[in-house]
Amino acid sequence: MKIIISNSSPDPIYEQINRQLKAQIISGDLAEGDALPSIRKLAQELQISVITTKRAYDELEREGFINTVGSKGSFVAVQNQELLREKKMKLVEEKLAAAVAEARLMGIGLDHLQETLRLLYQEYE
Amino acid sequence: MMDNAIEVKGLRKNYKGFSLRNVSFVLPQGTIMGLVGPNGAGKTTIIKLILNLVRKSGGEIRVFGLDHLHNEAEIKSRIGFVHESPAYIEDATLNDLKAAIAPFYGKWNESLFRSLLAEFELPADKKFKKLSHGMKMKFQIALALSHDADLLIMDEPTSGLDPVFRRELLERLSALMQDERKSVLFSTHITSDLERTADYITFVHEGEIVLSKSRDEIKETWAVVKGPVEQLTGERRILLKGIRTTAFGFEGLTGDIPAARRAFGSAAVIDRASIEDIMIFMDRGNNHA
Repeated sequence: MKIIISNSSPDPIYEQINRQLKAQIISGDLAEGDALPSIRKLAQELQISVITTKRAYDELEREGFINTVGSKGSFVAVQNQELLREKKMKLVEEKLAAAVAEARLMGIGLDHLQETLRLLYQEYE
Repeated sequence: MMDNAIEVKGLRKNYKGFSLRNVSFVLPQGTIMGLVGPNGAGKTTIIKLILNLVRKSGGEIRVFGLDHLHNEAEIKSRIGFVHESPAYIEDATLNDLKAAIAPFYGKWNESLFRSLLAEFELPADKKFKKLSHGMKMKFQIALALSHDADLLIMDEPTSGLDPVFRRELLERLSALMQDERKSVLFSTHITSDLERTADYITFVHEGEIVLSKSRDEIKETWAVVKGPVEQLTGERRILLKGIRTTAFGFEGLTGDIPAARRAFGSAAVIDRASIEDIMIFMDRGNNHA
Protein backbone atom coordinates (compact mmCIF):
# COMPACT_ATOMS: atom_id res chain seq x y z
CA MET A 1 0.00 0.00 0.00
CA LYS A 2 1.43 3.34 -1.07
CA ILE A 3 0.13 6.78 -0.16
CA ILE A 4 1.75 10.08 -1.04
CA ILE A 5 0.19 13.18 0.50
CA SER A 6 0.79 16.46 -1.27
CA ASN A 7 0.43 19.61 0.77
CA SER A 8 0.24 21.77 -2.32
CA SER A 9 -2.54 19.77 -3.97
CA PRO A 10 -5.89 21.58 -4.09
CA ASP A 11 -7.59 18.30 -3.13
CA PRO A 12 -8.29 17.69 0.55
CA ILE A 13 -6.05 15.08 2.19
CA TYR A 14 -8.88 12.57 2.78
CA GLU A 15 -9.65 12.68 -0.92
CA GLN A 16 -6.01 12.07 -1.84
CA ILE A 17 -5.98 8.97 0.38
CA ASN A 18 -9.35 7.83 -0.93
CA ARG A 19 -8.31 8.18 -4.57
CA GLN A 20 -4.94 6.45 -4.15
CA LEU A 21 -6.37 3.49 -2.23
CA LYS A 22 -9.17 3.12 -4.74
CA ALA A 23 -6.70 3.06 -7.62
CA GLN A 24 -4.66 0.37 -5.85
CA ILE A 25 -7.75 -1.74 -5.20
CA ILE A 26 -8.95 -1.45 -8.79
CA SER A 27 -5.50 -2.25 -10.17
CA GLY A 28 -5.24 -5.27 -7.87
CA ASP A 29 -2.17 -4.00 -5.99
CA LEU A 30 -4.36 -4.31 -2.93
CA ALA A 31 -6.11 -7.65 -3.06
CA GLU A 32 -9.38 -8.80 -1.55
CA GLY A 33 -9.03 -9.47 2.13
CA ASP A 34 -5.81 -7.45 2.52
CA ALA A 35 -5.70 -5.70 5.87
CA LEU A 36 -5.39 -1.92 5.93
CA PRO A 37 -3.55 -0.13 8.76
CA SER A 38 -5.78 1.19 11.55
CA ILE A 39 -6.92 4.81 11.25
CA ARG A 40 -4.62 5.76 14.12
CA LYS A 41 -1.62 3.96 12.63
CA LEU A 42 -2.20 5.55 9.25
CA ALA A 43 -2.60 9.00 10.86
CA GLN A 44 0.67 8.54 12.70
CA GLU A 45 2.57 7.35 9.64
CA LEU A 46 1.29 10.14 7.42
CA GLN A 47 1.44 12.73 10.23
CA ILE A 48 -2.14 13.75 9.72
CA SER A 49 -5.29 13.97 11.81
CA VAL A 50 -7.15 10.78 12.78
CA ILE A 51 -10.33 12.53 11.69
CA THR A 52 -8.90 12.73 8.18
CA THR A 53 -7.98 9.05 7.98
CA LYS A 54 -11.31 8.03 9.49
CA ARG A 55 -13.13 10.06 6.87
CA ALA A 56 -11.13 8.48 4.04
CA TYR A 57 -11.93 4.98 5.33
CA ASP A 58 -15.59 5.84 5.92
CA GLU A 59 -15.99 6.93 2.31
CA LEU A 60 -14.18 3.87 0.97
CA GLU A 61 -16.50 1.72 3.05
CA ARG A 62 -19.58 3.54 1.80
CA GLU A 63 -18.41 3.02 -1.77
CA GLY A 64 -17.97 -0.68 -1.11
CA PHE A 65 -14.19 -0.83 -1.47
CA ILE A 66 -13.38 -1.83 2.10
CA ASN A 67 -15.08 -3.45 5.10
CA THR A 68 -14.51 -2.48 8.68
CA VAL A 69 -14.92 -5.35 11.10
CA GLY A 70 -15.45 -4.04 14.61
CA SER A 71 -12.18 -4.07 16.48
CA LYS A 72 -10.36 -6.22 13.91
CA GLY A 73 -9.77 -3.32 11.57
CA SER A 74 -10.42 -2.62 7.91
CA PHE A 75 -9.99 -4.96 4.97
CA VAL A 76 -10.24 -4.71 1.22
CA ALA A 77 -13.77 -5.84 0.40
CA VAL A 78 -14.63 -8.71 -1.89
CA GLN A 79 -15.13 -6.96 -5.20
CA ASN A 80 -18.17 -7.69 -7.26
CA GLN A 81 -16.66 -8.32 -10.73
CA GLU A 82 -19.39 -6.46 -12.56
CA LEU A 83 -19.15 -3.55 -10.18
CA LEU A 84 -15.39 -3.53 -10.49
CA ARG A 85 -15.69 -3.38 -14.27
CA GLU A 86 -18.09 -0.49 -13.94
CA LYS A 87 -15.71 1.32 -11.61
CA LYS A 88 -12.82 0.77 -13.99
CA MET A 89 -14.94 2.04 -16.87
CA LYS A 90 -15.75 5.11 -14.84
CA LEU A 91 -12.06 5.70 -14.30
CA VAL A 92 -11.46 5.47 -18.06
CA GLU A 93 -14.32 7.90 -18.70
CA GLU A 94 -12.90 10.37 -16.23
CA LYS A 95 -9.53 10.34 -17.96
CA LEU A 96 -11.11 10.67 -21.39
CA ALA A 97 -13.21 13.57 -20.14
CA ALA A 98 -10.06 15.30 -18.94
CA ALA A 99 -8.46 14.78 -22.34
CA VAL A 100 -11.58 16.12 -24.08
CA ALA A 101 -11.58 19.22 -21.89
CA GLU A 102 -7.93 19.83 -22.67
CA ALA A 103 -8.54 19.30 -26.39
CA ARG A 104 -11.46 21.74 -26.44
CA LEU A 105 -9.30 24.31 -24.71
CA MET A 106 -6.77 23.95 -27.51
CA GLY A 107 -9.44 24.03 -30.20
CA ILE A 108 -8.80 20.46 -31.32
CA GLY A 109 -11.83 19.06 -33.17
CA LEU A 110 -13.60 15.75 -32.57
CA ASP A 111 -12.26 14.20 -35.80
CA HIS A 112 -8.69 14.98 -34.91
CA LEU A 113 -9.24 13.69 -31.39
CA GLN A 114 -10.81 10.44 -32.58
CA GLU A 115 -7.92 9.91 -34.97
CA THR A 116 -5.42 10.49 -32.13
CA LEU A 117 -7.29 8.05 -29.91
CA ARG A 118 -7.38 5.43 -32.66
CA LEU A 119 -3.60 5.73 -33.19
CA LEU A 120 -2.89 5.54 -29.47
CA TYR A 121 -5.16 2.52 -29.09
CA GLN A 122 -3.35 0.66 -31.87
CA GLU A 123 0.01 1.55 -30.39
CA TYR A 124 -0.85 -0.32 -27.19
CA GLU A 125 -2.02 -3.47 -28.95
CA MET B 1 -20.27 7.44 21.64
CA MET B 2 -16.97 9.18 22.15
CA ASP B 3 -16.34 10.63 25.60
CA ASN B 4 -14.92 14.08 26.00
CA ALA B 5 -11.58 14.76 27.62
CA ILE B 6 -12.43 18.41 28.18
CA GLU B 7 -15.73 20.29 28.08
CA VAL B 8 -15.72 24.02 28.62
CA LYS B 9 -19.03 25.87 28.74
CA GLY B 10 -19.56 29.62 29.09
CA LEU B 11 -16.24 30.11 30.83
CA ARG B 12 -15.50 33.64 32.04
CA LYS B 13 -12.57 35.30 33.72
CA ASN B 14 -12.35 39.00 34.49
CA TYR B 15 -9.02 40.68 34.93
CA LYS B 16 -8.37 44.37 35.02
CA GLY B 17 -8.03 45.36 31.39
CA PHE B 18 -8.64 41.86 30.02
CA SER B 19 -11.50 39.47 30.18
CA LEU B 20 -12.22 36.03 28.83
CA ARG B 21 -15.82 35.97 27.63
CA ASN B 22 -18.16 33.04 27.09
CA VAL B 23 -15.50 30.50 26.16
CA SER B 24 -16.95 27.13 25.11
CA PHE B 25 -15.32 24.20 23.36
CA VAL B 26 -15.10 20.41 23.52
CA LEU B 27 -12.03 18.20 23.17
CA PRO B 28 -13.16 14.63 22.35
CA GLN B 29 -11.13 11.82 23.87
CA GLY B 30 -8.47 10.38 21.60
CA THR B 31 -7.82 13.60 19.71
CA ILE B 32 -5.37 16.50 19.60
CA MET B 33 -6.57 20.09 19.81
CA GLY B 34 -4.46 23.14 19.05
CA LEU B 35 -5.32 26.39 20.76
CA VAL B 36 -4.15 29.21 18.51
CA GLY B 37 -4.24 32.96 18.62
CA PRO B 38 -1.99 35.98 18.83
CA ASN B 39 -0.07 36.70 22.02
CA GLY B 40 -2.37 38.01 24.73
CA ALA B 41 -5.48 36.44 23.18
CA GLY B 42 -6.20 34.39 26.31
CA LYS B 43 -4.73 30.96 25.45
CA THR B 44 -2.69 30.68 28.65
CA THR B 45 -5.59 31.96 30.74
CA ILE B 46 -7.85 29.22 29.38
CA ILE B 47 -5.23 26.59 30.24
CA LYS B 48 -4.70 27.99 33.73
CA LEU B 49 -8.46 27.98 34.33
CA ILE B 50 -8.79 24.34 33.28
CA LEU B 51 -6.02 23.44 35.74
CA ASN B 52 -7.57 25.72 38.37
CA LEU B 53 -4.32 27.66 38.69
CA VAL B 54 -6.44 30.79 38.57
CA ARG B 55 -10.02 31.04 39.78
CA LYS B 56 -12.75 31.29 37.16
CA SER B 57 -15.29 34.12 37.30
CA GLY B 58 -18.02 31.89 35.88
CA GLY B 59 -18.87 29.00 33.60
CA GLU B 60 -18.33 25.26 33.69
CA ILE B 61 -15.26 23.09 33.11
CA ARG B 62 -15.37 19.29 33.03
CA VAL B 63 -12.28 17.13 32.58
CA PHE B 64 -12.77 13.38 31.94
CA GLY B 65 -16.44 14.18 32.57
CA LEU B 66 -15.67 15.37 36.12
CA ASP B 67 -16.06 18.85 37.57
CA HIS B 68 -12.62 20.43 37.60
CA LEU B 69 -13.04 21.86 41.12
CA HIS B 70 -14.77 18.98 42.93
CA ASN B 71 -12.48 16.33 41.47
CA GLU B 72 -9.34 18.38 41.17
CA ALA B 73 -6.95 15.84 42.74
CA GLU B 74 -8.14 12.92 40.64
CA ILE B 75 -8.09 14.96 37.46
CA LYS B 76 -4.61 16.28 38.08
CA SER B 77 -3.13 12.84 38.66
CA ARG B 78 -4.21 11.99 35.11
CA ILE B 79 -2.93 15.19 33.48
CA GLY B 80 0.57 15.95 32.24
CA PHE B 81 1.21 19.68 32.16
CA VAL B 82 3.99 21.24 30.13
CA HIS B 83 4.47 24.96 30.34
CA GLU B 84 6.61 27.68 28.92
CA SER B 85 8.31 28.79 32.11
CA PRO B 86 8.20 25.95 34.64
CA ALA B 87 8.72 27.03 38.25
CA TYR B 88 10.99 24.26 39.52
CA ILE B 89 13.65 24.72 42.18
CA GLU B 90 16.50 26.11 40.15
CA ASP B 91 19.31 24.45 42.11
CA ALA B 92 17.80 20.95 42.10
CA THR B 93 19.11 18.35 39.69
CA LEU B 94 16.75 16.57 37.31
CA ASN B 95 17.03 13.49 39.53
CA ASP B 96 16.04 15.51 42.64
CA LEU B 97 13.06 16.96 40.82
CA LYS B 98 11.96 13.55 39.58
CA ALA B 99 12.24 12.13 43.11
CA ALA B 100 10.03 14.95 44.39
CA ILE B 101 7.44 14.70 41.61
CA ALA B 102 7.13 10.96 40.90
CA PRO B 103 5.44 9.98 44.22
CA PHE B 104 2.42 12.14 43.29
CA TYR B 105 1.59 9.81 40.46
CA GLY B 106 0.24 6.31 40.90
CA LYS B 107 1.32 5.21 37.45
CA TRP B 108 4.94 6.37 37.48
CA ASN B 109 7.10 4.44 35.01
CA GLU B 110 10.74 4.76 36.07
CA SER B 111 12.27 2.81 33.21
CA LEU B 112 10.34 4.84 30.65
CA PHE B 113 11.55 8.02 32.36
CA ARG B 114 15.18 6.79 32.20
CA SER B 115 14.93 5.94 28.53
CA LEU B 116 13.28 9.29 27.71
CA LEU B 117 16.07 11.17 29.49
CA ALA B 118 18.60 9.24 27.43
CA GLU B 119 16.67 9.80 24.25
CA PHE B 120 16.30 13.54 24.90
CA GLU B 121 19.98 13.74 25.94
CA LEU B 122 19.17 15.09 29.40
CA PRO B 123 21.79 14.26 32.07
CA ALA B 124 19.99 13.31 35.32
CA ASP B 125 22.64 14.99 37.50
CA LYS B 126 22.38 18.34 35.73
CA LYS B 127 20.88 21.28 37.65
CA PHE B 128 17.57 22.55 36.33
CA LYS B 129 18.85 26.11 36.01
CA LYS B 130 21.64 24.91 33.72
CA LEU B 131 19.16 23.64 31.14
CA SER B 132 18.43 25.54 27.94
CA HIS B 133 14.84 26.45 27.20
CA GLY B 134 14.47 23.52 24.84
CA MET B 135 15.90 21.11 27.42
CA LYS B 136 13.46 22.38 30.06
CA MET B 137 10.65 21.60 27.64
CA LYS B 138 12.02 18.15 26.97
CA PHE B 139 12.35 17.45 30.69
CA GLN B 140 8.73 18.36 31.32
CA ILE B 141 7.60 16.25 28.39
CA ALA B 142 9.60 13.32 29.78
CA LEU B 143 7.88 13.79 33.17
CA ALA B 144 4.43 13.98 31.59
CA LEU B 145 4.93 10.88 29.45
CA SER B 146 6.44 8.90 32.35
CA HIS B 147 3.34 9.07 34.49
CA ASP B 148 1.19 7.83 31.63
CA ALA B 149 -1.04 10.92 31.59
CA ASP B 150 -4.41 10.51 29.88
CA LEU B 151 -4.45 14.19 28.98
CA LEU B 152 -1.47 16.29 28.03
CA ILE B 153 -1.95 20.02 28.41
CA MET B 154 0.87 22.02 26.95
CA ASP B 155 1.28 25.77 26.95
CA GLU B 156 3.41 26.81 23.99
CA PRO B 157 5.45 23.58 24.10
CA THR B 158 7.17 24.23 20.79
CA SER B 159 8.21 27.84 21.31
CA GLY B 160 11.97 28.06 21.59
CA LEU B 161 12.48 24.61 20.12
CA ASP B 162 14.38 24.09 16.90
CA PRO B 163 12.45 22.67 13.92
CA VAL B 164 14.05 19.25 14.28
CA PHE B 165 12.93 18.74 17.86
CA ARG B 166 9.56 20.34 17.11
CA ARG B 167 8.98 17.68 14.50
CA GLU B 168 10.18 15.02 16.93
CA LEU B 169 7.75 16.26 19.56
CA LEU B 170 4.86 16.21 17.09
CA GLU B 171 5.78 12.68 16.04
CA ARG B 172 5.85 11.67 19.68
CA LEU B 173 2.38 13.13 20.12
CA SER B 174 0.98 11.16 17.21
CA ALA B 175 2.65 8.03 18.56
CA LEU B 176 0.91 8.72 21.87
CA MET B 177 -2.39 8.97 20.03
CA GLN B 178 -2.20 5.28 19.06
CA ASP B 179 -3.90 4.84 22.42
CA GLU B 180 -7.37 6.18 21.85
CA ARG B 181 -7.88 7.08 25.50
CA LYS B 182 -5.18 9.76 25.30
CA SER B 183 -5.92 13.38 24.46
CA VAL B 184 -3.80 16.46 23.94
CA LEU B 185 -4.55 20.17 24.27
CA PHE B 186 -1.76 22.48 23.26
CA SER B 187 -1.47 26.18 22.68
CA THR B 188 0.86 27.56 20.08
CA HIS B 189 1.41 30.52 17.84
CA ILE B 190 3.50 28.39 15.48
CA THR B 191 0.65 27.46 13.21
CA SER B 192 2.67 25.05 11.07
CA ASP B 193 2.63 22.72 14.10
CA LEU B 194 -1.11 22.40 13.59
CA GLU B 195 -1.23 22.28 9.83
CA ARG B 196 -1.39 18.50 9.77
CA THR B 197 -1.32 16.84 13.18
CA ALA B 198 -4.10 18.63 15.05
CA ASP B 199 -7.54 17.05 14.86
CA TYR B 200 -9.30 20.15 16.18
CA ILE B 201 -8.28 23.78 16.08
CA THR B 202 -9.65 26.45 18.38
CA PHE B 203 -8.94 30.08 17.54
CA VAL B 204 -8.82 32.49 20.44
CA HIS B 205 -8.92 36.20 19.83
CA GLU B 206 -9.18 38.97 22.40
CA GLY B 207 -10.64 36.71 25.04
CA GLU B 208 -13.19 35.01 22.82
CA ILE B 209 -13.37 31.82 20.79
CA VAL B 210 -13.66 32.81 17.16
CA LEU B 211 -13.75 29.28 15.81
CA SER B 212 -13.48 25.74 17.19
CA LYS B 213 -13.78 23.03 14.55
CA SER B 214 -12.03 20.02 13.11
CA ARG B 215 -8.93 20.87 11.11
CA ASP B 216 -10.43 19.34 7.97
CA GLU B 217 -13.63 21.31 8.27
CA ILE B 218 -11.68 24.52 8.72
CA LYS B 219 -9.45 23.79 5.76
CA GLU B 220 -12.49 23.09 3.59
CA THR B 221 -14.49 26.12 4.69
CA TRP B 222 -11.96 28.91 4.53
CA ALA B 223 -10.14 30.35 1.54
CA VAL B 224 -8.21 33.44 0.53
CA VAL B 225 -9.70 35.43 -2.35
CA LYS B 226 -7.31 37.55 -4.41
CA GLY B 227 -8.00 39.81 -7.37
CA PRO B 228 -7.70 43.26 -8.90
CA VAL B 229 -8.96 46.09 -6.68
CA GLU B 230 -11.62 47.28 -9.17
CA GLN B 231 -13.38 43.91 -8.79
CA LEU B 232 -13.92 44.56 -5.11
CA THR B 233 -17.47 45.93 -5.26
CA GLY B 234 -19.58 46.61 -2.18
CA GLU B 235 -21.58 43.37 -2.30
CA ARG B 236 -18.47 41.31 -2.87
CA ARG B 237 -16.73 43.11 -0.02
CA ILE B 238 -19.21 41.82 2.58
CA LEU B 239 -18.21 38.24 1.79
CA LEU B 240 -14.65 38.89 2.90
CA LYS B 241 -12.89 39.35 6.22
CA GLY B 242 -9.65 41.19 6.91
CA ILE B 243 -9.44 42.73 3.44
CA ARG B 244 -6.06 44.12 2.49
CA THR B 245 -5.57 46.18 -0.65
CA THR B 246 -2.33 47.15 -2.33
CA ALA B 247 -1.49 48.93 -5.56
CA PHE B 248 -1.63 45.55 -7.27
CA GLY B 249 -4.76 44.00 -5.91
CA PHE B 250 -6.81 42.93 -2.92
CA GLU B 251 -6.92 39.86 -0.73
CA GLY B 252 -9.48 38.77 1.82
CA LEU B 253 -10.61 35.71 3.73
CA THR B 254 -13.91 33.97 3.07
CA GLY B 255 -15.73 31.38 5.15
CA ASP B 256 -18.16 30.60 2.34
CA ILE B 257 -16.23 29.38 -0.68
CA PRO B 258 -19.26 28.57 -2.90
CA ALA B 259 -20.72 32.06 -2.32
CA ALA B 260 -17.37 33.68 -3.06
CA ARG B 261 -17.06 31.60 -6.22
CA ARG B 262 -20.53 32.68 -7.36
CA ALA B 263 -19.92 36.34 -6.55
CA PHE B 264 -16.45 36.68 -8.02
CA GLY B 265 -16.63 34.18 -10.86
CA SER B 266 -13.43 34.47 -12.84
CA ALA B 267 -12.70 37.93 -11.42
CA ALA B 268 -10.62 36.55 -8.56
CA VAL B 269 -8.40 33.66 -7.57
CA ILE B 270 -9.58 31.49 -4.69
CA ASP B 271 -6.77 29.76 -2.78
CA ARG B 272 -6.94 27.36 0.12
CA ALA B 273 -6.20 29.19 3.36
CA SER B 274 -3.48 27.99 5.71
CA ILE B 275 -4.12 28.06 9.46
CA GLU B 276 -1.78 31.04 9.58
CA ASP B 277 -3.76 32.87 6.89
CA ILE B 278 -6.95 32.36 8.88
CA MET B 279 -5.34 33.62 12.08
CA ILE B 280 -3.87 36.72 10.42
CA PHE B 281 -6.93 37.66 8.37
CA MET B 282 -9.27 37.18 11.33
CA ASP B 283 -7.04 39.30 13.49
CA ARG B 284 -7.02 42.03 10.88
CA GLY B 285 -10.76 41.69 10.33
CA ASN B 286 -11.61 42.04 13.97
CA ASN B 287 -9.39 45.04 14.46
CA HIS B 288 -10.18 47.07 11.40
CA ALA B 289 -13.64 45.95 10.33
